[in-house]
Amino acid sequence: MSVLAFLIPVSLVLGLGALAAFVWAMRNHQYDDMERGRHSVLDDRHDDAPGE
Amino acid sequence: MTATVGCPGCVAAPERPSSAAPAADVLLHLPGIHCAGCIATAEDTLNALPGVSAHVNLSRRRATVATGGRLEAAPLIEALAAVGIEAHELDVAELAPQDRTGRDLLMRIGVSGFAMMNVMLLSVAVWSGAADTTRQLFHLISALIAVPAIVFSARPFFVSALGALRAARLNMDVPIALAILLATLISAVEALQGGEGHAWFEAALSLTFFLLAGRYLDHASRSAARSAAKELSALEVPRATRLTDGGEEVVRAADLRAGDAIRVAPGMRLPADGIVAEGRSELDRALLTGETLPVGIAPGDPVEAGTLNLTGPLVVTVARAGRDTALSRLADLVATAEAARTRYASLADRAARAYAPVVHLLALAAFAGWFWGTGDALLALGIAVAVLIITCPCALGLAVPAVSIATSGRLFRKGLLVKSNTALERLAEVDTVIFDKTGTLTEGAPVVVGEPAVEDVRLAMALAEGSVHPLALAIVAHGRARGLTPVPVEDRVEHPGLGIAAVHNGQQVRLGRAAWVGAAEADRTATWLDRGDGAPVAIGFTDRPRAGAEEAVSRLKGLGLRVELISGDAAAPVADLAGKLGIEAAKSGLTPAKKAAHVEALAAGGRTVLMVGDGLNDTGALAAAHASIAPASALDAARAVSDVVLLNARLDPVADAVIQARAARRRMGENIWLALAYNAVAIPVALAGFATPLLAALAMSASSITVSLNALRAPK
Repeated sequence: MSVLAFLIPVSLVLGLGALAAFVWAMRNHQYDDMERGRHSVLDDRHDDAPGE
Repeated sequence: MTATVGCPGCVAAPERPSSAAPAADVLLHLPGIHCAGCIATAEDTLNALPGVSAHVNLSRRRATVATGGRLEAAPLIEALAAVGIEAHELDVAELAPQDRTGRDLLMRIGVSGFAMMNVMLLSVAVWSGAADTTRQLFHLISALIAVPAIVFSARPFFVSALGALRAARLNMDVPIALAILLATLISAVEALQGGEGHAWFEAALSLTFFLLAGRYLDHASRSAARSAAKELSALEVPRATRLTDGGEEVVRAADLRAGDAIRVAPGMRLPADGIVAEGRSELDRALLTGETLPVGIAPGDPVEAGTLNLTGPLVVTVARAGRDTALSRLADLVATAEAARTRYASLADRAARAYAPVVHLLALAAFAGWFWGTGDALLALGIAVAVLIITCPCALGLAVPAVSIATSGRLFRKGLLVKSNTALERLAEVDTVIFDKTGTLTEGAPVVVGEPAVEDVRLAMALAEGSVHPLALAIVAHGRARGLTPVPVEDRVEHPGLGIAAVHNGQQVRLGRAAWVGAAEADRTATWLDRGDGAPVAIGFTDRPRAGAEEAVSRLKGLGLRVELISGDAAAPVADLAGKLGIEAAKSGLTPAKKAAHVEALAAGGRTVLMVGDGLNDTGALAAAHASIAPASALDAARAVSDVVLLNARLDPVADAVIQARAARRRMGENIWLALAYNAVAIPVALAGFATPLLAALAMSASSITVSLNALRAPK
């Protein structure tokens, strides 16, 4: 059972990592506009396709 | 909120829009924006202006603009209008706090979700048979995760429960807070002691998580509705032109002081109460009094905020501004009437009121019974907690809001904005619908009656063109609709309060009041055209019913509701409209107070009234009614007291609102019974001491999901 001493901290760190990612995403205003993202693929302002 | 509170999430929840962007000082509402192309056009247009940086939020139909402190919205709106995008300015200070509440809830959901999943993993090991030291170790780790997470995440429930207890009431949050608190405490004791009892951390956490999720959905849908309602109100009179020694300056209407001189151009709403110092004009007071016809004013006459200046420029000496205006004071009076309605006990409240004591008594009985039977206080407390948790206020907490979210969303797509959280229930109970006339059943704008002679119309159009007087606008619209063009005229002069004069073919021609052009007064709304031959002709006007008015009335009657019409206007036009729409009961010439009294009298007679109205003269009646609907064109105060705002120009969604509200009410009832049915099965199990954390987790999730799915089911 000594593997627990290793596995439990690992699982906690993973969980905390996910929480930190969530906090970061929220502070970064990624949840402010849930609709715009799906339209950005159609936005031709930032097209960097190779020139003709 | 950052440093003062000192909780982890408060520090993490951002207070202002991202620090990378310069501070946004102007918010624009872009109602028509819907695609990638519109976003790009709007942003490019705004960013092309010097010193401006803009970002479009598509979910909120909003553009956040940083203008570098110049605060001017007008050039931005003009620039957008030039590329065909409609924009309105919004009040920044009004909208910021709401966004913060949403983010705060999201943060709590995140924290409780994280904690729930980790504790659940540890619990699976305990459920599947970990014993002794391992079991205690897992319980201790769970406690380390769960206790801080619960302290942070469940705070809204604790705050609300404390508030209710202080007011000596029981709301749904009391059993929720008690269940979470007791479950956490007893589990912490259990973890420290390392006995054979159950730890309920994951139950407490999942309870918190599910309820927060419900609350967030509720907030998200309602904040969209609320902010849209605020957006509508933010469209009015934000600025005034103040005359100073050095010239003119544009200031916020709220910054005006008594004694200031302000200039009011034709076509502007008055930003404050005052006395006319210079100029003659006509005022459109329809929204305040229900009068269809404009009134003439001259220097020395008092004017009120909210009225529309029509023909001439005015200089007004401010007597009362901001919150002291007659308009605001009326709104305050209405707020008092409205307070009565907020005491309405919703279905959820009534369920909670019946449910909370029963749950508490059951838990107490379980504790007493087991303590008396076994003498083990901890075991008895454990069973009491199991009863509290398994009775799952979770499903009851979701039963009503889930239905209101689903229904509000459906109504929003039909162009109805549900503002109040008990509006649907009250709407479902109405048996009488009262409509206001001017601006509600009618469009509030006059149209020309019949078909006057072509030459007369062309001449009248020439005179009327360029004026913002409603009768002049009606003449021009009438002429255009018939495909006519105005004849050429010269020296066109508008005489405020009287009419318009010009020269046509060397002859003086005039369009205006009967007395001014030398004609006899007519008994209906009319303006007179003097063709220069000394024999003026009358052009008559009527007020057209709003689109969908007839359909709304007939559908409401079909639902078994009694429909009435009340108005401050004269008897003839009221009876005329009532006849046209098939309304039997019509009352005319009512003052605002009489309108409210009529609604109260009906209520006293046992009827539940839905009032549909738009003017300030209706606000009393709107507030007195059991439920109320206002069109988006209504005055700020009227929209503020209404439960539902009609976003489009048609009236027939009123019938949809009633139908949907009745369906929602039935669904809420079903949901409450579903939740209770789960409890009826679970409570005996818990009382007998067979409840385990695993069983609690299963019952809680299953009942929450059933209730939510039932709420989302489309109505038949």
